[in-house]
Amino acid sequence: MALSRWLAPTLGVIAAALACVGLGMGLNAPPDYQQGSTVLIMFIHVPAAFLGLMAYSCLAASAFFGLVFRHSLADAAARAAAPLGAGFTLLALITGSLWGRPMWGAWWVWDARLTSELILFLFYVGYMALQAAIDDEAKADRAASILALVGAINVPIVHYSVVWWNSLHQGESIFVKGGPLLAAVYLWPLALMSFAYMFAFGALWLVRIRAEVWRRRAGALAVQAARG
Amino acid sequence: MIALGKYASYVIPAYAVSAVVIGALAADTLARARRWRAEVKRLQQLLGKDEAEL
Repeated sequence: MALSRWLAPTLGVIAAALACVGLGMGLNAPPDYQQGSTVLIMFIHVPAAFLGLMAYSCLAASAFFGLVFRHSLADAAARAAAPLGAGFTLLALITGSLWGRPMWGAWWVWDARLTSELILFLFYVGYMALQAAIDDEAKADRAASILALVGAINVPIVHYSVVWWNSLHQGESIFVKGGPLLAAVYLWPLALMSFAYMFAFGALWLVRIRAEVWRRRAGALAVQAARG
Repeated sequence: MIALGKYASYVIPAYAVSAVVIGALAADTLARARRWRAEVKRLQQLLGKDEAEL
């Protein structure tokens, strides 16, 4: 709690600074010879998709620790990660669709990457719905954690879908043998925006964990107050 | 700045929706923290407990 009090705003400020520089560089990059100005969507789509996966990894790891060690902070961390991850995954789906329409000629295709990304979003929604559906908080945490761990199987599927299956979505172009396939003029803004999203997630996750701890404490205090 | 040209109707909504979703996540996060912190404070005062750890 004490750590998050100063770490969350620090991460928030770093995220804002990185986003300003990243966007400044990105908006001044030349249009791509094939994609034209839609290349600008990449600077917000790729980080959102990456964060969707990263947040789910955080959610699944927290759920695992909550299930195995019965630590309430782990359950709070899992609960706090879900809406953030869902938000970033939804952004990846929407911005991807807005890129796909002019480039592929379709808002949506049942491609392996897009479908597995949609399933990732549905796992987030399912996790939150299950939490909300069970009144007993301990039982809700346990049931939702099991669902989160089942959903973790989908994380490598999303990542490797473009390798394992013939996909319309472009393949890996950053972490490849021999270095990134992107020109530096696009790679730098993309890297800065990715770090900005990561730091923003870190800041928001910490604040949400703190809010969740307060919510649980308020519940315990309300019970004490009711008992008189 | 890059000229958006014929793709403006795709690029601008992509940035707008990103700003809205991230802004909403940040606003909801801060509102939630503020609400539960105030609730804990209120209940602690009601029970006559120490507020220092908040």
